[in-house]
Amino acid sequence: MKLRAIFLLLVSWLASWLFGAAWAGDFDYHLDPYRLTEDTYVFIGKAEDFTRQNGGNIVNTAFIVTADGVVVIDTGSTRRYGEQMREAIAGVTPKPVTHVFNTHDHPDHFLGNQAFKDVPIYALPETIAGEQAMGNAFADNVYRLAGDWAEGTEPVPAKHAVKAGHMPIGGHDLEIFAWGGHTAGDMAIFDHTTGVLFAADLVFYNRAATTPHAVLANWFASLDRIQKIPFKVMVPGHGLPVMDARAIEQTRSYLHWLDRTLREAAKNGAEMTEVLAQPIPPEFSGIALVASEYARSIAHLYRSYEAQTLLPAGH
Amino acid sequence: MRRIHRLVLGLFLLPALALAEAGDDPLGSPAWLDLKPYFVGNGRVVFDDRVKVSGPRFAEDSMNVPVGVRIENLPGIERVLVVADLNPITKILEFSPRGALPALYFRIKLQQATPVRALVLTKDGVWHADGIWIDATGGGCTAPSTGRGDPNWTRTLGSVQSQVWENDQQSRLKLKIMHPMDTGLAAGIPAFYIEQLALRDETGREWMRLKVYEPVSENPVFSFDFPGRTPPGLTLVGHDNNGNTINAKVAK
Repeated sequence: MKLRAIFLLLVSWLASWLFGAAWAGDFDYHLDPYRLTEDTYVFIGKAEDFTRQNGGNIVNTAFIVTADGVVVIDTGSTRRYGEQMREAIAGVTPKPVTHVFNTHDHPDHFLGNQAFKDVPIYALPETIAGEQAMGNAFADNVYRLAGDWAEGTEPVPAKHAVKAGHMPIGGHDLEIFAWGGHTAGDMAIFDHTTGVLFAADLVFYNRAATTPHAVLANWFASLDRIQKIPFKVMVPGHGLPVMDARAIEQTRSYLHWLDRTLREAAKNGAEMTEVLAQPIPPEFSGIALVASEYARSIAHLYRSYEAQTLLPAGH
Repeated sequence: MRRIHRLVLGLFLLPALALAEAGDDPLGSPAWLDLKPYFVGNGRVVFDDRVKVSGPRFAEDSMNVPVGVRIENLPGIERVLVVADLNPITKILEFSPRGALPALYFRIKLQQATPVRALVLTKDGVWHADGIWIDATGGGCTAPSTGRGDPNWTRTLGSVQSQVWENDQQSRLKLKIMHPMDTGLAAGIPAFYIEQLALRDETGREWMRLKVYEPVSENPVFSFDFPGRTPPGLTLVGHDNNGNTINAKVAK
């Protein structure tokens, strides 16, 4: 009897090992709201890229329970993420969700919008345009990367354009900043009432910054502006929340190194494959995914540095 | 107990050893044996680590996947064929370094994960091969060129930009040619690509000859390396498959 129990245990262990957690078919992100202040919560994503194991739970999303209802900041990577996020919010407060913000148009931040279709979804005009243009391609890609976690995920672009400025909601004085650099439109939200700053993907912490739509000069300008905000807590788009400028500094120094490295390489006539082979300096080597993001960034950015070195040929 | 361990280990290693001894493809390509006659005819192929192929592990931008081919300490090179086994169009380009160093850097379009390999023919008739796998999500070969969206692309067709970096030991010429490089695989857009390129100096001597195929990226960028300074008056000449010519002085 005892042997049989051990045998069954071994078989089930083997099965779960072979087929992964998804074998159970529950696709549960185990979203656990972390309380930052009295009424502000974040869901902390893993410092990883999309995989079939994490299902795209790689991003920080957040919500504020105001007197008039719940404000949601970003909706995650998939329909399932959005739905589970909404369930987790309902476990904290019976108040309805009244506002959803998409900080920018990247898939891990807005493909959970489907779960909030009945709520006004706000974004910068650049973000709305990007969600409309790239949403389907993003959804396909998330399905490719995360597998069945993304089942039934369809893009629901934000409909309500917002501008920079104050937006008081239920006793919270929210200030919207319309910046950019990571994408064409990057929204940061500062809650003057609690001192919490939602920096979204303008700031990465201990997870390498991604650059598929980046304009580094604009990103540097945004980081300088962020640093002037008197926040108590800052929630980066990826990585743990912090109470000081360390995440801003890390993002800035990594992107400065990237900018300098690519510019120097182009100036010296280096080819892309040679730039790929350059080592990551020790000060950044501890940042999650730095090697793969560096390689991706070369694909995103190097050709524009290179173009500046080439001159029209004569006849 | 230790002997059993060795036995078990040996059993696992056996198939791997058998593969290597059969002179099979070290890249484990499912298409290699079928494609080999198409690439090299009856020629003998040896896998040779003097042939260095470099590139990313993953094609972040499948329209512009950088590849470098560099051959070290292999005398008697006739020509080099670069192929991607699992691309819809497998041949990428061929080059003959006739004075230039046996190295070439370029960017390609990839449709899916594939081995990218260089096959180097030496004067003794032997092909020396090596390569890498590049993972890709695709879309590189069947997507229309982005320049098609710009109504002015015909105005810059065939124009060349370049730069030289040199010292007494070695020099590099990097150049970019404006051309859509359409593969013919995007619906309604026929194949339109550069076919032939050569680099000649002011005396007419040829330093490098290229045969280019459809998978080379739009507005292709090539880098060539030379021993010592670049030959004087280096000129790029060539044509595409529609007969448009390329003729540009690319170095002093």
